[in-house]
Amino acid sequence: MKVRFKLNGEEVEVEANPASRLLDVLREKFGLIGVKEGCGEGECGACAVLLDGRVVHSCLVPFANVMGKEIITIEGLRKTEEYRIIEESLLDAGSVQCGFCTPGFVISIYALLKNNPNPEDKEIREAISGNLCRCTGYQMIIDGVKLAAKRGEKLWKA
Amino acid sequence: MRDISKPVRRFDASEKIAGVARFVDDHYEEGMLYGKIVRSERVRAKIKAIKIPELPEGYHVISAKDIPGKNRIKMIFDDWPFLAEDVVNYFGEPILLVVGPEREKVYEISESIEIEYEDIPAILSVEEALLNKKPPIYGENNLFADYFFEKGDVENAFSEADEVIEEEFKTGFQEHIYLEPQGMIAKYNNGRIEVFGSMQCPFYVKNALIEEFDTKPDKIRVVQTTTGGGFGGKEEYPSQIAGIAALGAYKTGKTVKLVYDRAEDVEFTTKRHPSHIRIKGAVKNGKVIGIEVEIILNAGSYAGLSSVVLQRGMFAATGAYSIPNVRVIGKAVATNIVPMGAFRGFGAPQSIFAIETFMNHVAKRLGRDPVEFKLSHRYRKGDTTATGGLLRNEVRLPEIVNRVLSMSDYYSKKKEKKEGKKLYGIGFSMFLHGCGFTGNGEEILKSIARLKKRKDNKVEILISNVDMGQGPQTTLRKVVAEVLGIPYEDVIYENPDTDRVPDSGPTVASRTAMIVGGLLYRAAKELKEKWVDGEEIVVEKQYRHPEYIKWDQEKFKGDAYPEYSWGANVIEVEVDPITYEIDVKKAYAVFDLGTPLDRKIIEGQIHGGMLQGIGYATLEVMEQKDGRFMQRTITDYIVPTALDAPLFETDLVSQPYEHGPFGAKCAGELTFVGAAPAVCAAVEDALQIDLYEIPIRPEKLLTIMEKKNESEV
Repeated sequence: MKVRFKLNGEEVEVEANPASRLLDVLREKFGLIGVKEGCGEGECGACAVLLDGRVVHSCLVPFANVMGKEIITIEGLRKTEEYRIIEESLLDAGSVQCGFCTPGFVISIYALLKNNPNPEDKEIREAISGNLCRCTGYQMIIDGVKLAAKRGEKLWKA
Repeated sequence: MRDISKPVRRFDASEKIAGVARFVDDHYEEGMLYGKIVRSERVRAKIKAIKIPELPEGYHVISAKDIPGKNRIKMIFDDWPFLAEDVVNYFGEPILLVVGPEREKVYEISESIEIEYEDIPAILSVEEALLNKKPPIYGENNLFADYFFEKGDVENAFSEADEVIEEEFKTGFQEHIYLEPQGMIAKYNNGRIEVFGSMQCPFYVKNALIEEFDTKPDKIRVVQTTTGGGFGGKEEYPSQIAGIAALGAYKTGKTVKLVYDRAEDVEFTTKRHPSHIRIKGAVKNGKVIGIEVEIILNAGSYAGLSSVVLQRGMFAATGAYSIPNVRVIGKAVATNIVPMGAFRGFGAPQSIFAIETFMNHVAKRLGRDPVEFKLSHRYRKGDTTATGGLLRNEVRLPEIVNRVLSMSDYYSKKKEKKEGKKLYGIGFSMFLHGCGFTGNGEEILKSIARLKKRKDNKVEILISNVDMGQGPQTTLRKVVAEVLGIPYEDVIYENPDTDRVPDSGPTVASRTAMIVGGLLYRAAKELKEKWVDGEEIVVEKQYRHPEYIKWDQEKFKGDAYPEYSWGANVIEVEVDPITYEIDVKKAYAVFDLGTPLDRKIIEGQIHGGMLQGIGYATLEVMEQKDGRFMQRTITDYIVPTALDAPLFETDLVSQPYEHGPFGAKCAGELTFVGAAPAVCAAVEDALQIDLYEIPIRPEKLLTIMEKKNESEV
């Protein structure tokens, strides 16, 4: 089946089994390795992408469902100014350890700050609760989110 | 001079945030084959027949018969096969490898293979193994290890005692859940095998492959790919995956990728050893004067590293306490389940949970404050450890404890319990961790670290230790740059490739910063003296224990470790009075891990280690039924999310170790061991009960509370 959709700002069309997972199509057909498979069950968030601006776990999305939609992965996000703010903040807050979960966290953090430029602690925890991290204990990721909220103040409210 | 502890941005972080860093599954090459393991569907059985359907072209099924060398994974014992031969010893044991160009087809073939079994009576529990009524799995009595050591006169202590207190403790399985599942890619070119993958110990893998292929060291190359967490789970287990993937490459001449999916990783890789620990204490004049500790570990079906895990557990049996008369008995017992393996703390967490909880209970019975009671038994400089090793360095436990108490406002919170809908509790633990390999491990390893100064005056670190998230890419660069007085950016440290690096030992036992970092520190000192601009200079250092370290591996006497790190934790919980769910609210920690090589990286180790310990004590339940785990996915096996994690507050007391780089000691495992006993003490405080088991499950609390309420009526 041929499916047309917008991927990281570009119109694309690709032939794939409609039942295949969006995760596999992104990794294998487009080489987007920033989308990670951590569990394949929608529990860990390592494969998170934005589907029409909402965070989805691409391992749970059948490929056919993206017809006519817009997908943004970490590869698309990293061209933006918002990404640069998040990146710098995570670097300074010491939010990264093994890093396997990190691109997924960046997707969730971006979606959070776009919707809620000044989140409280609890709101941050809720926003990243679909992303598992086994290294950090989360606190230093949360510190990174707060830093990004502060540093990108105008950007998030735009 | 720069302050070595001052945080810098991690060198590996930018490419990880961007999703550019290539983990094993992110490597792809044209013509590559996919592998899938066919696993035992029986707990214990003879393999009678294997029926393989006709295979399409390009697809292959590989078995133990294809192994040119020895079908044993090189470890301490000689019992664990890469692929089962005629017998399977656990549900899920690898039997065959299917490889081919289309992943779906490979999976289809692997499911269509029929294996005929003849069951052998399975040993499903430690109790059953010790009864020894069924054909033993190992030796004559199912014991991979059966150890004993003593100090002082234990019998005399018991006969002199005012009171003898005996209790039994249990700890459960724990699964690592590193976020990146295990995986390997293997290639075969001109008689040479190359393996790339997620691992902690490149030379463990290399040595395993040398024996598997009965070949020379120069015919095997092992390269670590960026590794998404390890926690011990990628210590010994990757040797098996590498061996199986390499066999596929060897048989087909093609590149083979073998990456586990999460369910496979949860159900079929190594776990933390469940334990059963009995402690008998002799109390006289308000002090524990003698103690007998018996530690029984469920080791699973193959020996793996269980004997050494047991040793570390036994050497930690008295925790941070100086008890003059000690007897420690330990057994690692074979059962028909996945082999248990390395996991952050390596046997010590089980022991520290037991001794900490025991000391709490004794204090309560004597009507003493647990903190004060524990402090009165603490190790001091000049004391000897349970194995008779000398504590040569200052033990700053009073300072550590005072700081964590004031930081958490422990006493006022304990006295004036918060009123609320939930039951409030606060708990305390104090503990130690032995730094580096247990016993004579470092002496046998004789690790070598190399520094190579290039003509462009950049300096490359050549070691076999890996960054799996714990930060040596950054901390070891800092150590070398700091000694040489060059910019951090001028130090290079690539993922290890056994063709290029000497064997500086495995990335385990919290040894990388202290032991390997120490070698690099000394190499950098020498390089500084020899430095000539524009010239290539190579400096190598080999590890030797400090001369004063004395250890008898036969009798378990002497210095089991060259140095210790110390810590104290306070944890606050709220327990729901109806559901008995435990909400861990705040975690406080003070550690002496020597000089921190980067405060932020250490902070990250503390939070992450403690949360893993909190999970171990609460959410992380894994049970066995009829030889299978009931929790087989990440949906069933729960690890803490951001909503489960407490707020952390931490501080450091730094007593430097003279042979560690800039005085660094061990850190990674220390941060794990104290959390579970502190959580347990907090729940005991909230509900005014005694507990003996982790994980602490709400349904068990409910039963305990029903009994308690009945008896109080």
